[in-house]
Amino acid sequence: MTALLSVEELSLGFNTAAGFASVLDRVSLSLERGRVLGLVGESGCGKTTLARAILGVLPRETARITGGRVLFRGRDLLMADQAVVNQTVRGRAITFVPQDPFTSFNPVFTVGEQIMEILKWKSPRAATPPGRRWLPPLVAPYPAERRRADFGAVLELLDAVQLPRPRQLLAKYPHELSGGQRQRLMIAMALLPGPDLVIADEPTTALDVTIQAQILGLIRRLASERNVAVLLTTHDLGAAYEICDAINVMYAGQDVESAPVDRFFAHPAHPYTTKLLASLPREDGTASGIPGEVPVLLAPPGGCRFHPRCERADPACRQTRPPVEAIEPGHWVRCFHPHREPA
Amino acid sequence: MTSAILSVRDLKVHFAVHGPFNRRIGSIKAVDGVSFELMPGEVLGIVGESGCGKSTLGKTIMGIHQPDSGEIWFESQRIDQLASPARRAVRRSLQYAYQDPGASLDPRWKIGSSLHEPLVIHSALDRVAREARIGSILEAVGLPETHLDLYPHEISGGQQRRVGLARILTLHPQVVILDEPTSGLDVSVQATVLALFRDLRAKFHLTYVLISHDLAVIRTMCSRVAVMYLGRIVETGPTDTIFGRPRHPYTRSLLAAIPRIGGARVTKDFWLQGEPPDAANLPSGCRFRTRCPKATDLCAREEPVLSPLQHGSAACHFPD
Repeated sequence: MTALLSVEELSLGFNTAAGFASVLDRVSLSLERGRVLGLVGESGCGKTTLARAILGVLPRETARITGGRVLFRGRDLLMADQAVVNQTVRGRAITFVPQDPFTSFNPVFTVGEQIMEILKWKSPRAATPPGRRWLPPLVAPYPAERRRADFGAVLELLDAVQLPRPRQLLAKYPHELSGGQRQRLMIAMALLPGPDLVIADEPTTALDVTIQAQILGLIRRLASERNVAVLLTTHDLGAAYEICDAINVMYAGQDVESAPVDRFFAHPAHPYTTKLLASLPREDGTASGIPGEVPVLLAPPGGCRFHPRCERADPACRQTRPPVEAIEPGHWVRCFHPHREPA
Repeated sequence: MTSAILSVRDLKVHFAVHGPFNRRIGSIKAVDGVSFELMPGEVLGIVGESGCGKSTLGKTIMGIHQPDSGEIWFESQRIDQLASPARRAVRRSLQYAYQDPGASLDPRWKIGSSLHEPLVIHSALDRVAREARIGSILEAVGLPETHLDLYPHEISGGQQRRVGLARILTLHPQVVILDEPTSGLDVSVQATVLALFRDLRAKFHLTYVLISHDLAVIRTMCSRVAVMYLGRIVETGPTDTIFGRPRHPYTRSLLAAIPRIGGARVTKDFWLQGEPPDAANLPSGCRFRTRCPKATDLCAREEPVLSPLQHGSAACHFPD
């Protein structure tokens, strides 16, 4: 079985006033249906950029892709005709749950109006892909029959994301809803077009811990029930532990390790991963940070970008980027000196 | 038994909600009858979800908000009604570290000017003496002297937090209120910042009030914890008791919601439903009863008071 999504050796960067910032350096990942993949890393490590590259919504003027492929259902999204991608993939087969549910709604329309607006264009029941013959949005037809079917689907999905009294809720404005309710609506909106892949970008960062537990449980359940793949970017290792099947770690634009979730926390191999896990506050009050600072991406260190902060680094690490080394089935690491289990 | 350095008695801070024509149509009870005592040298954690009033409580102690009723005592002096000259003297020894250090430093001032400012206001030191004191404090918080000539946007979030701390410590305060000291920091930086807080506490004999929503941080830092829900303390006690044997259902749900790496997945059977009610329109009786699995008629009728248990105390009719 081929993967639903596979990113192969993707490199890209941004042109800035100070020069070219290399934000992703040969990053790979793959994801199958019904699975939840966690993309973990600290702020500025490129996880959101990777999510946006998959979705194809990078800023057109400044972003420059310098190599690699993004294969979705076997087709390279970077090479494909962008009009076709827009009509069939972006916002339909791949949808997005944003980080901040507070700024992602339009404050002057009710949430019901905003949801039906999406479905007018992106409903899975739309017979011909709309947009083929361009009409101004106001006069574009929305047949009453399909509107009724879509509305039924909305009510059903609001029930699935555990929002009580959906009809009253749809008549409200975004400011009348709490953060948890808005994030549930965002998840419902991401699922309405019937996607194969949902990219959730830090979906619980803005939420309280009790609401976070509810939302994470919801994402996990919906992924399994609907056989949807979820790419979850997060900086919170606890959240990743909760719902992911596998975890990819990124550092300063490079992928350093990938493993199934239980193995990841039990036998981390990359020095960065082990240090990241050791930074979590423990019950006895000890936690060790990582000395040094995240490198500036305008002039990243050569080879493995973690070498200035790594006590295992040697000249080879400064020269070349370590290749992918499989330690166990499903567990690989890019390091010349990984932590190995005592044999 | 030493006496408390800071004590708060039945503090209430209500914000008016205005309707059409500026008519007062209700109030948000941000802090509603909070009492606690802070002993010298201890670290008191105040934990709760957003909107529970923990930052309002901290700011009211500092005098940024005026309390509607209640008393605040600092070193056997009542400070909630002081006139501003007397208030200024208190502020020197009672300091507040803001949640977002990047936003609380003036973007058009160099770090050095920001560090001089508190000393200019609160002391009669001349420039040379101020520079000497700033130099020693910078060393204590682990910043190089070259940073004095940088602007706030040129340094990282962890360093901004160090500058915020240095600014406070130049005045040699006794009590520091830390408002969400680790929000917005990555875990690797968070660990070093927390270690710094511990070192500085030992070096300068500080007493902390640590306000946070992050239970893991509270657990590693604090000796005593107060849990707030919608403007009230629902449970308080020694850290070990709160985390080992929580008595209030809300505390239990908060603890149950933290992911435990290596443990059981909490999202599989997380039992707390719903979200906190609207703070302007609180339920009758116990504020937690709309989400509480143990709620009965009694909880709807009567608001439970914070009553002592074996260790600590809880405001619940049916503590575990």
